[in-house]
Amino acid sequence: MRSTTIRRWSWLHTWSSLICTLFLLMLALTGLPLIFHHELEHLLGEAPELRELPPDTPHLSLQQLVDAAERHRPGEVIQYVGFEKDEPNGIIAITAATAGTEPNASHTFMLDARSGEPVAMPAANGGVLMFILRLHVDMFAGLPGKLLLAFMGLLFVVAIVSGVVLYAPFMRRLKFAEVRHDRSTRTRWLDLHNLIGIVTLTWALVVGITGVISACADILIEAWREEALGALMEPYRGAPPLQQRAPADELLRIAGEALPGMQADFIAFPGTRFSTEHHYTVFMIGSTHLTAHLWTPVLIDAKRLEVTAIAERPWYMDALSMSQPLHFGDYGGRPMQILWAVLDVLTIIVLLSGLYLWWVRRRTPRLRQTTQVAQ
Amino acid sequence: MKWRESTFALPALIGLLSALGLFAALLGEGWWDSLSWLGLGIPALLGVWPLLRRSKAQS
Repeated sequence: MRSTTIRRWSWLHTWSSLICTLFLLMLALTGLPLIFHHELEHLLGEAPELRELPPDTPHLSLQQLVDAAERHRPGEVIQYVGFEKDEPNGIIAITAATAGTEPNASHTFMLDARSGEPVAMPAANGGVLMFILRLHVDMFAGLPGKLLLAFMGLLFVVAIVSGVVLYAPFMRRLKFAEVRHDRSTRTRWLDLHNLIGIVTLTWALVVGITGVISACADILIEAWREEALGALMEPYRGAPPLQQRAPADELLRIAGEALPGMQADFIAFPGTRFSTEHHYTVFMIGSTHLTAHLWTPVLIDAKRLEVTAIAERPWYMDALSMSQPLHFGDYGGRPMQILWAVLDVLTIIVLLSGLYLWWVRRRTPRLRQTTQVAQ
Repeated sequence: MKWRESTFALPALIGLLSALGLFAALLGEGWWDSLSWLGLGIPALLGVWPLLRRSKAQS
């Protein structure tokens, strides 16, 4: 590689990393506890616990549960009902002042499906884990915060790619994983930065890119609304606003008949951003490991309880769905969580050592830098 | 050992194994999970090992 080429890549690597380093450090640090958020919720006593009842206690109907949820939150309406595989006797209810209220102003809790008794989910509404999550997702700055972090994620990807290009000239005289422990601190950290950077490359790229995709979720959901729901809404144009919706009881049966072999993941109520003004939308997932992440929405007319359509599932919504597990590392048991945490800490070390290398190099005359590469 | 001298041979192999590990656990449980622990365990180990070695050399 010519030395001018090296200098250009080096410039790109330096500046793309320098700009994103502080944000990436924040993301890596806040991401660490979030890997274990399920365990931490239990530890903090913030995980919902249902009462012991005799097995086979019958469940209330869905509409009874919706009524129970709205009784529990006077002045609020139900936005979403979610189902959790781990807790077949509970449903998750999300309520807010209006159906269209933005997610951060919603209230999330669990309902015992057998009694309709509400069970608090403090971690979903506030507390230290929520604080960390908000920092990680948008730094409490809403959409601009998410987009800024998405941009930082893109810079991180640029830094990784330019780092791989620079890896070649730096490693020309070195064997793989050779760390010159007997040389200066700077040289040793240069070798460590290169080694740790190159072995964590794939993981960092995947977590970086899926993070960028997740940060663009709001935009992707809007695009999906226009593309998939827009056409379906044509017949409803000019229709009077929905006054009275039919009870929710039969929704799961109707959606199940429309998509046999699939199960409901959550129901978006009329007027929420995952549905339309005139529909219940049941989001169905597959039963295999892979398809359990992919949503297929079934739109059910909220007055007549007829399936209007099975909505399109565009590629970018699949990409968004698959980005969730690949970003969180929650799909391969405890060992995967631990590996995720180790790789996260290694990324922090790469970031800090990169910062250190830039700092000491700044004070080294240019001539010595080039000889260092060529050695 | 020639393969340690090639700049990108081992990194490419490790990168591929990591990718395999990342996607394996999406496909199933049991063996698929173990495959993902192996694929992600290799980069984690290779990253931690030189850091530990250094502190040992110091003490």
